[in-house]
Amino acid sequence: MADSLPLTGAIDLTSAPKARPLALEVLHAWVTTVDHKKIGLMYIGYALVFLVIAGLEAVVMRLQLAVPENSLVSPQVFNRMFTMHGTTMVFFVGMPILFGFGNYLIPLMLGARDMAFPRLNAFSFWIAAFGGLLLYFSFLGGDGLYGAGTAPDVGWFAYAPLTAKVFSPGHSTDYWTLGILLSGVGTIGTALNIVTTIIALRCPGMKLSRMPLLVWLYFITCCMVFVAVGPLTAAQIMLSIDRYLGGHFFDTQAGGSAVLWMHFFWIFGHPEVYILVLPAFGFANEIIPVFSRKAIFGYPAMVAATVAIGFISLSVWAHHMFTVGLGPGANTFFTLATMVIAVPTGIKIFNWIATLSGGNIRFTVAMMFCVAFLFQFLVAGLTGIMLSASPFDWQLSGSYFVVAHFHYVLVGAILFTIFAAFYYWFPKMSGRMLDETLGKWHFWLFLIGFHLTFDFMHIPGVLGMPRRIYTYEFDRGWGVWNLIVSCGVIFQVVAIGCFVFNLLRSYSKGRIAGPDPWDAWTLEWSTASPPPVYNFATIPTVQSRRPLWDLKHPEDPDSNYEM
Amino acid sequence: MSTVSTTLPDPSWTLPSRGLVGIACLIVAESAVFIIFVVAYIFYLGKSISGPTPHDVLDVPIIGTICLLSSSLTVYLAVRALRKNKVRLCSLWLAATVLLGSIFLAGTAREWYQLIYQHGLTIRTNLFGTTFYSLVGLHATHVIVGLIMLTLALVFALLGRVSEANAGRLDVLSLYWHFVDAVWVVVFSVVYILGR
Repeated sequence: MADSLPLTGAIDLTSAPKARPLALEVLHAWVTTVDHKKIGLMYIGYALVFLVIAGLEAVVMRLQLAVPENSLVSPQVFNRMFTMHGTTMVFFVGMPILFGFGNYLIPLMLGARDMAFPRLNAFSFWIAAFGGLLLYFSFLGGDGLYGAGTAPDVGWFAYAPLTAKVFSPGHSTDYWTLGILLSGVGTIGTALNIVTTIIALRCPGMKLSRMPLLVWLYFITCCMVFVAVGPLTAAQIMLSIDRYLGGHFFDTQAGGSAVLWMHFFWIFGHPEVYILVLPAFGFANEIIPVFSRKAIFGYPAMVAATVAIGFISLSVWAHHMFTVGLGPGANTFFTLATMVIAVPTGIKIFNWIATLSGGNIRFTVAMMFCVAFLFQFLVAGLTGIMLSASPFDWQLSGSYFVVAHFHYVLVGAILFTIFAAFYYWFPKMSGRMLDETLGKWHFWLFLIGFHLTFDFMHIPGVLGMPRRIYTYEFDRGWGVWNLIVSCGVIFQVVAIGCFVFNLLRSYSKGRIAGPDPWDAWTLEWSTASPPPVYNFATIPTVQSRRPLWDLKHPEDPDSNYEM
Repeated sequence: MSTVSTTLPDPSWTLPSRGLVGIACLIVAESAVFIIFVVAYIFYLGKSISGPTPHDVLDVPIIGTICLLSSSLTVYLAVRALRKNKVRLCSLWLAATVLLGSIFLAGTAREWYQLIYQHGLTIRTNLFGTTFYSLVGLHATHVIVGLIMLTLALVFALLGRVSEANAGRLDVLSLYWHFVDAVWVVVFSVVYILGR
């Protein structure tokens, strides 16, 4: 099954191979492309570059904090590092890498030839990429005023009134605002494109109830993008009006409200966490069943839980603001709403475990990352429930406990499934397998590094270490814990090195994958690896949720069991 | 027997048009942007620490509002005419829409001129100025974008490049224009009725 195409007629065998193109032609083809696969790969490549950059910024922070009374970098540089690290990781790593996979996979999984609006797709990519370049150009061009500092240094949520012209002179904050504004425009464009593709371009027979769960999760994610990223864009416009035109939205001296910025930012900020994590769930939903050799357990419950998460996540934002003093009514509401969101999330974890249960599990590297994700996401959810109780949050808000909690989600859950997605879909994207031995090195080193860093980061938080401090005194009792946390970073850096080396080496020297190396069930595995420009020469027709299972097992097709 | 058949697609398999889905998504995202600006306007009502106040300086723009709201009807008639392949009638209604939209925009321009030069209210004056100009300005920006696109459609219609086949696209544009009008209903109620 691995070498021959499962779907006859999926690719056009009649066209003759062309001569090797010139480098300039290749460059021209990539810059002008509207093909969803190339755009998806560009998203992923651009996100990987920013992942390395933002990772190095984290390394600088951990070196600075490794021992007490350290002065490796200046306090100003430290402020820039945590601002740029957070902003980059959320807007220029997390979002583009997830949209990259979405762009690449959704049309293939739906049996479509491209996204609904290919040119809008290219526009969204380039405008978002330009936003990232603008943010980093601040290192060169942000110095609008002598000594005012270059890169943004206002923190990733840029609370007012620190962002006012008086407190942040120069242009660094303008670069932050404009970079995010552009990224937001690109994000909304891509989300619009994905939703339209899912509604309007499904192949015959691909009913909503037969779509792969990954597609469902992207659908909900993109609907959330509309209602979450819009407010962020609006808030950035307001901040620009304040900074450029002398407006007073967040100018406390003219009656403006700093708390309003917090509300607007977190109305975006909390759904954003789910926007990042739902596609990651989508990866797990595809990978866990294939390597358990079972259909996903509870497909309708998974969809319903996702929709529930989408709705509830819109009403939890003020749990980031318990320390503001919103009053008992608001505190109670947001505590309860935040706790309720654990219910649909728990349903998902039960479904994944039920899928694993009794399965014929194959521990490929992709599956190992997914299993680690299950445990780590559970822990991240448990500390999340702790923090959702507002009295507990009053104690630990703004401490390293919170930093450890959200890194457990962002790294332990999201980044782990993204790595799983790389090992799972790299063969489809490049035509070659990633090396499993190097992959296991990557997995174990990263797992050890992750747990050294983020397990032990909870402890200085409980001991009262605030986030964003530049350094700390000897007698605080945080020194040992910070040293362990920083040591974990070494493992993570080596692991990322293995991963990048694996990507580069396997791209040219990896084992040829064939169209369907994992014996999987969704439509992307029915065409060649890498897929031809047109994806499918003949648009397929499907009769169940696992079209390739039906094809491989005509005696016992899934369609017999569907309600 | 293969269940992934490669025969010609089933003609009964129809899905919504991508233009309509796309514009619906855009409207949802844009609504979120407008809601934030409206919330900011309402939140800052009466919080300015210096004058002028909305009650002192704002007049209800009745003519502009009538023009903008009736342009929804004319753009609807334009789409209906095009569906029946009456291109000349369609261009007539499109021209009427552009005219009505321009009158609205001229009314806003006149209002802003008076506010700036007679009452001394700019975006820097106080919170009312900041929120008023940004909310009404954001809406006016959308009117301008809509007018540019409607004018393009009108030019194409006059050049004879438009036919019944383009009715779907004009319908998408008309939905955007209806959205701009609907936003005005909210902005009008909040700024000129509740907030005054």
